Parts: sequence; C-alpha cells; structure tokens
Amino acid sequence: MIPAPFDYEVAESAEHAVELLGQHDDAKLLAGGHSLLPLMKLRLASPSVLIDIGRVSDLSYVRDAGDRIAIGALTCYEDAHFDETLKSSCPIVAHAAGEVGDPQVRNRGTIGGSVAHGDPASDIPTIMLALNAEFVVRGPTGERTIAAADFFKGVFEVDLAPQEILTEMRVPKTSSGWSYLKFHHRAQDWATVGVAVVLGDGSNNASVALTSMGERPLRAQGVEEALAAGEDPASAARRAAEGTNPVSDPMGSSEYRRQIAPVLTRRALEEALSR
Amino acid sequence: MAQVVERPERYVGGGVPRKEDPELITGQAKYIDDINVQGMLWMAFVRSPFAHARINGVDAARANDMPGVVAVYSGADLADDWAGGLPCAWPIAGRSFPEPTTEDPRMPNHWPVAKDKACFAGDPVAVVVADSRAHAKDAAELVDVDYEPLDAVVDPERALDEGAPQIHEDLDSNEAYVWSMNNGDVDKVFSEAALVVKERYRHPRLIPNAMEPRGVLVVPAPAQEEYVLYSATQVPHILRTTLAMSLGIPESKLRVIAPDVGGGFGSKLNVYSEEAVGLALARKLNAPVKWIEERSENYLATIHGRGVIQDMEVAATEEGKILGVRVKLLADMGAYLQLVTPGIPILGAFLYHGVYDVQAYSFTCQSVFTNLTPTDAYRGAGRPEATYAIERIVDALARRVGRDPVEIRRMNFIAPFDQPREVASGLQFDSGNYGASLDKALDMVGYDLLRKDQAERRQRGDAKQLGIGLSTYIEMCGLAPSQVLAALKYGAGGWDAATIRCLPTGKVTVVTGTSPHGQGHVTSWSQIAADALGVPIEDVEVLHGDTAISPLGMDTYGSRSLSVGGIALHFAAEKIRDKVKKIAAHELEVSEEDLEWTDGKFQVRGAPDKAKTVADAAFSAWTAHSLPEGMEPGLEATFVFDPPNFTFPSGAHICAVEVDTETGLVDIVKYVAVDDCGNQINPVIVAGQVHGGIAQGIAEALYEEAVFDENGTLTTSHMGYYRVPSAAELPSFDIDSTVTPSSTNPMGVKGIGEAGTIAAPPAVVNAVIDALQPLGVNHIDMPVTPERVFSTIAEAKGGRQ
Repeated sequence: MIPAPFDYEVAESAEHAVELLGQHDDAKLLAGGHSLLPLMKLRLASPSVLIDIGRVSDLSYVRDAGDRIAIGALTCYEDAHFDETLKSSCPIVAHAAGEVGDPQVRNRGTIGGSVAHGDPASDIPTIMLALNAEFVVRGPTGERTIAAADFFKGVFEVDLAPQEILTEMRVPKTSSGWSYLKFHHRAQDWATVGVAVVLGDGSNNASVALTSMGERPLRAQGVEEALAAGEDPASAARRAAEGTNPVSDPMGSSEYRRQIAPVLTRRALEEALSR
Repeated sequence: MAQVVERPERYVGGGVPRKEDPELITGQAKYIDDINVQGMLWMAFVRSPFAHARINGVDAARANDMPGVVAVYSGADLADDWAGGLPCAWPIAGRSFPEPTTEDPRMPNHWPVAKDKACFAGDPVAVVVADSRAHAKDAAELVDVDYEPLDAVVDPERALDEGAPQIHEDLDSNEAYVWSMNNGDVDKVFSEAALVVKERYRHPRLIPNAMEPRGVLVVPAPAQEEYVLYSATQVPHILRTTLAMSLGIPESKLRVIAPDVGGGFGSKLNVYSEEAVGLALARKLNAPVKWIEERSENYLATIHGRGVIQDMEVAATEEGKILGVRVKLLADMGAYLQLVTPGIPILGAFLYHGVYDVQAYSFTCQSVFTNLTPTDAYRGAGRPEATYAIERIVDALARRVGRDPVEIRRMNFIAPFDQPREVASGLQFDSGNYGASLDKALDMVGYDLLRKDQAERRQRGDAKQLGIGLSTYIEMCGLAPSQVLAALKYGAGGWDAATIRCLPTGKVTVVTGTSPHGQGHVTSWSQIAADALGVPIEDVEVLHGDTAISPLGMDTYGSRSLSVGGIALHFAAEKIRDKVKKIAAHELEVSEEDLEWTDGKFQVRGAPDKAKTVADAAFSAWTAHSLPEGMEPGLEATFVFDPPNFTFPSGAHICAVEVDTETGLVDIVKYVAVDDCGNQINPVIVAGQVHGGIAQGIAEALYEEAVFDENGTLTTSHMGYYRVPSAAELPSFDIDSTVTPSSTNPMGVKGIGEAGTIAAPPAVVNAVIDALQPLGVNHIDMPVTPERVFSTIAEAKGGRQ
C-alpha cells in the first residue's frame, strides 16, 4: 500500500530516459506502472528512483511500416485493442490487448511495458513470440533490434541492459488464421495457460506459443513439428506440454497447466483454422 | 371527497431511493481515512511473519532513529496498559443446550500486542508511532524482533494429535470446547432407518473484503481524561463497553463514533488489537493517534470466516423420507477467541435439518485452536455452513433413492404454517411456505427445459455439460430473546432501541441503536417513521453510529437490524402516537375514543376537518401552553425491543451451470432466487442485499479460499491470488420473492442481509455435481475451481485422462 521512499525523474524523450538511466543506479522506468507499482506497494520492489517515461508521447503509436506494423512501446493496451491497422493487419495483437486485466489496467498499462517486464504470465510477450516480432531497443550507443525469440530470458528477465529502453515492437502483417485462448478463472486474472496460434499459409507451418507454461513465453515446438509433419490439429495439440515446466501457484498447479495446455491448443488451432 | 395528500399513502413497501446515496456517490461520505485532526500521529504495526514463534526480544533502536518516529512499543512495553485482554463475549461451551454437560471453554489470554509468543502470522508484536503514515511504515520495517520459530498447528484436523505443538501455554489443550445437543432418539432412528447417507463437507476459510478496510482514530481530551474513538466498526456500542473494560477507562469517558463505514460482512463485528492499542497510545501520549489498515494487513489480521469440516448424516426411508439428522463439526477457531468466535458454529447448530420435517436431531461441535488468523462472524455466520450441509446431503439422498432433487424436497418439506411451530432442533420457526418459493423458482428458471437440454447434452457426450442445483434454505435472524442468549452464554442482550424526537417545526429525528455500514437503514427507518407518523419522508432524519447521540444500542450484525431495531422504531412510533392522540383529544375537546388515525393524522370520527397531525401535537407539546393535566412537555419516545423469538427467512435458489469437462471451468448460465424475508420495507434495498449476498455465496462456492502453506503462511495474500469475483464473473440474477409475514413481530419482517450468501453455495455446488453425474462424480469441495473440477473428473474416471 505504501511504497518505500524513492526519487522521481521525468524523461522528456527516449534519449533523455537513457541519459537519466545512466545517472542513477537502481533506477526503474515507469510507463503505465500497472506491473511495477503494485510490486512497489507490496515492497517487493523498491527502486531508488523512478524515471517516468509516461509523458514521452511520441512513443505511443501504431504505424503501417510496409510489410510490418510498428507499435510504439508506450501504446496502451486499450489503444492497441481498438487500433484499426492492427485489427485489419495483425488482429491477434488487437485481440490479446483486450484480454489484459480490466479497463483501468488497459488504459494505463502499455504494450512495451508488458514486453520489457518479462512476466511469463503476461499475454503480450506470448503474442510477440508467436508473431516472430522484432524489438527496437535504444541505449547509450544507439539503437539495436532483437528478435522476440532471443529477448525473453527468464522470469522478469529480458535482454535489456540497465541503460537501455525498449522503444518499438515490429510485428508482421498476417493474413491467415489466428487465435489467442487465454484460460483464466476470473476475467482480470493472469492466464493460467494461454495459447497463441498464428497460421502461415496452412496449418502445417503454424506458429504456436504458450503463456504461463515456463519461465518465459514458450514456442510449442512439438506441436509445430507435428503440424509441419502433416498431423491433424487434434493429434498435434497433444504435444503442447512437451518440454514445459510451468510453475505451481494459486492459479493452478504445474501438473494442471500441463494437462489443459493440449486441450486449449487443440481449441486454439481449431479456432485459427476456422478464421 | 378525495383529499390531495402530499405524501404517498405508504412509503413502506415502495422502492424509495436511498437517502444515503447522494453523499456516497459524490464522494462526500466521511470514512475514517477522511477524518484528520491537528497533531495526529500514525501507528504502524510490526506483525509476526511466523505462524508460531517465541518472542525473545524486540530491538527498536534502528526504528527509533528513523525520521518522524515518536515511539516504538513492544508487547512487553505495553503490558501495564491493559486492565484486561481483548474480549471474547461468547464463551459458548459452558454448557450444552439445554442441559449443562460440558466444561467451560478454554479461553486463552489475548493481549492486544503479543508479549511472549506470536500465535499466527500477522499477530502484532510491536507498534511504531510516527508523525506520518509513511514514516511509521518505514520505521516498522526496521524493528528487529528476535523470533524463535516454533512448530505450528496449521491443519485443524491435526490440532489435537499427540505431540501437536501447544499453542497457548496458559491452557492444557488445543481444544477450545465441545458443545452438543440432541433431540429425539437419534441413535434409534439411525440404527433402524432403511438407509443412512453420510458425507464430509469442508468450508474453506474465507477472507472478508469490505470495500473500506478497518481504521481507527482516537482523539483524547487530556484535561477531562476523555476520548473520542472513531472506528470503521459495525459495533460502536459494544466497542465502547468492551474497550472501557480492556483499558480501565470509565465508559462514560469514552465516546465511540462509527462514521460512514464501507461494509463489514461481520468482519467489523469485533474488538481488535488496533482499536485497543490506539486508545492506549492516545492515553499514553496525550495525542490523537490514527491507523488505517492496508489490504495486505486485512488479509492477515482481520478475522477470517468459516473454516469448518462437517460430518453430516441423514437417516431416511427407502423412499427418501428423512427421519433424522446427525452432524459433527470440527471448527477452526484460529489462534485466539475474538469477540464471538466460539459462537459462530452454534449460530448454525439449530438449522442442520433445514426446511425438512424430521424426528431426531443431533449436533456436536468440537472447536480447536490453530496457528492461523482467528475466525469469527462472516456474512451468514454458522447458517451458510448448516444450509450447505443439509442441501448437499438432500441431493445426495435424492441420488441414492433415484429421485429428482425437486421431488425429494417436496416430500420432506415442513408443511406451510403461519404461527410458531416447533421443529426438530427445538426452535420455534415463525412462519413459512417452502413449497411456494420452490414452485415459483422452478417456474422462473424453466426447470423442465433445462432438464431436457441436460439430457440432450448427455446423450451427445458434449464437452460442456449442464447441471442444475437447488437450495431451499432457511436461516435465522435477530438473535433473541435475551434469556435464550443467556442460555447460549452470549455476553450481551438481543434487544435494540429507537428514539423518536418530534421537533417543534414538525420535523422528526429518529435515533437508532443499529449501526448501518451500507445497508440503507437511514432510508428504511425513514420510511417506517414517515408512515407511522404521517410525515413526508424528507422530514425524517435518522441518526446512528455515535454513542453520544445514540447511547442505547446493540449495533448491526446477523441481519438483526430491521427485525429488532426496526421493530423498536415501530413501537416508539406507537408511543408517540399515543401521546399525540391525548393532545389531539384535549385540543379538539373530544374523547380519545372519538379519534381515528387516518391519512397520517388523528381525525374526529365523522368530522374529517377536525384533525390534528403529529406536527401540530409536536408544537403544542413544545409550547406546553395547554397540555392535558399532568402531561410532560415535549414529544419524544424511546422503545427498547427484545424480540420474543428469532425470525426465519427462507427461500429457493436454483442455479444452472455449464461445466467444461475438458478444463474444469464452471460457468453459471442461470441463477434464480426466490427469497421470503416476510414483509419488505424497501424492495429495492432487498434486491440489493440479495444481489450482493448471492455474489458472496458464489464467491465461496467457486472462487475464494484462504490458503496457507505448511508453515502457516498465507499464500493467497493479495487480491491477485485470493479470488474475489467481480461483475464480469457473475451472471444476471433473476430474483423474486414470496411473502410469509413473520409471526415474531408486528411488522411481519424477517431480514435479508445474509440470505443470498447462505443460499447460494449449495445451489452452485449441487449444480456442478449434477452436471458431472454422467462422469460418476458425486462430491466436490469448495471452492470449485477449474483445477479441482478437472482433478475430480480425472479421479472419477479412475485416473484415466
């Protein structure tokens, strides 16, 4: 309820944020704050300084960039959910953004914040992984891009150096079927298990990614292989839990997560194929 | 000639908009957190992280060096500040009912700040006082407590094991008490019955989540040695009396104010450490002291509800006619006996036969201490437990004898009655027609169509199966009369009070001894008074929640306010009218017999233009220029009502669920409630209570459970893990009512505050079990989480996936 004392700085731009990060040890970037602030109120996180990037308005956008769509890191879930470009050209992102938390969370929380936070129970990282998204990161020496597959390292652990800031996510335009099934007990809960499916030009080159099935968002490689080998979705889905080691927590035991992942994967594949 | 009246003929029975709402919804309500006074200090509590630990020392050096810190006190530092420990006002055991046969309960010392040992994770072990909330909190983190962790009793079923850790060293056992009652030849009925159904049910521990957490502010007036204590409490009167005793402060020097209070659900029917410490420190420091509970403290240190295991049995004929009910409870008291902890299971003790006509009845409760947060009253308190057990087992009996759950209920219902009727547990039910509410509910829900849909899904082997669950419940409100409470060893009376003061300008002040915290008493009491006195509802002001304004009262809990406090108001209005009648007769120069109460005034029979209103009489009583010989001036009356009996609301709830058999997810597709709370004062308020009550009942059935690990650490320690459902999880409720006026009171009212919470859990769980019949599932425990459904199905299939 009451966080430990901290200092507060306002960043005017991404460059300024990088500069401020360089001036402070133990600093955290504050975007929507809907992951960070609860942790601070519970005193599970107590950064010595918050650098508020919430006012860097030029990082909030969705742009058609030819064969890709560029999403500014500070785009909030609600804006992504209703964005026409995403809805027509990469609808899984618009859909998943509408599945996060509740309306208050969706109006404050940001797509980039979710990616940079690296919570394996979050929806957006899974979607990015399924889409083979690319992330743009700015640091003291300039920009670099990194593939989603290489970005997520572990629980709350991503490939961002202490002085780096995530500025943009780039997702492909998709024209075939997709699905994101988020299984949760209450509407505002994190996913007990989530399954993202993005079909290629047929079901045999689908990409399938999982939420809450390990220390980071995972590709369901067994399912993808089975589909590539021509297996039907129902039998391919049985391999959804292969190689996973999900956590046991009050939302569900590890065993239960492994048991329902195949069911949800089958349903997600069926839904994707029907779209 | 028809008269134009400025007020409706009757306010009672109409959906009058709540007078409370403009203030609440425009943010003008004043909660504890809104009340701030000059020079106020803040408390922060240091709480044991261990469920059971010896306190070998408290070092406050680092904390004392923090900015703004005024003082730090350990339990030992405050040992001399108490005249007594925190009160338990319901030492239930003492006797079994009605014959005294059992020992007195074991009553552990309960100091507001633990001195030698912490007995649950959350037990306060020190308190920091500082000039701001943040400073107090920061310093509290730096109080170094030397704990010696001890083995903890986490499972109530292991509390009495040989070698189990002894929680209270001033006691000789972890057993709190055993209490039992028997009516009829129970053993004979059970041994001779054609069949006996026996099941074990578990009620999860629940965490009350009032929207406003607890809070206290104590403002001393040092020169007078007086104290004003503001608390987010349901029980300002009880708090005043008990804190005066615990602190050794003359009761007359203590004024307790419950300002706007944002819900309680029983959790604020208590006397808490933080209130006692606030008062002690205001006295010690001669300064105002404040504390506002954090939600995470709420989860640890506010009482929990339920936590009961039931071994429930019914004896029946081959056809399914129930002959006897026998139940044994194991109740988890938690670490200490709070205000009414021991009494909670006993509030259900008389209701395990529900609305069914049985011959023999046996109830036994064994209560034990554990190293967990103390339990106490939570919406329904004892009655949800009883209702759940009987409604679950009636369904089990229906399955056993191959009858529909509707049929089994109809064949066992107590026949309709409108005068007191003794039932197997020894209570006198006031009135009831249980078949009527069931019939109405069946009609509303479309029972036959649902059964048809269910049959088709079963036929097709759908992944999503349909289940229908019934709950024909009864409960009891208005704990009374006081003599019966004495027999139950309840420490207070069952009465309540109302005062009506008619002001010279014709306006009316009502003072009630009840202490609303969301219920809408101001509106309902205004309706009652306006009708009884013939004044517009706008002219009635209702005062409550301040022991200086309303010195007489027993507060608000157990759905008692209307059936006790509301009836006190009814009788106070009669006293006012009696006096008005005398004044009117005197002024109109007729005899009282010539007057009749019509259209809200006393009229001379046959001469309607000769009349006196209450306002007329109030003015005459104030000027006192020409009152009847010997009459006291003023128009004011107080009535204290001690009801002759409880009231017994009842009803039928039906729930239809869709269960995803592949994932275990339960979705409520229909929910119908027909409640009978007797006559209704305000149907809109009744509907609000029913909606909230059902939501809380569904929460218990499907979502909520306080889970502890093997060390006694609460793992569902925040709202992310402790699953309070929101509107998004709940269906639209289809509600209606039947009316069987109570025979206990002249207004025929019963109470509605807890009915939904009592009725809903078995309706929901019965529906889930019904859905899973084709898979061979006959039992599941609450909360019915997706994982629990999934594993129950897997088990029923014999481990096959």
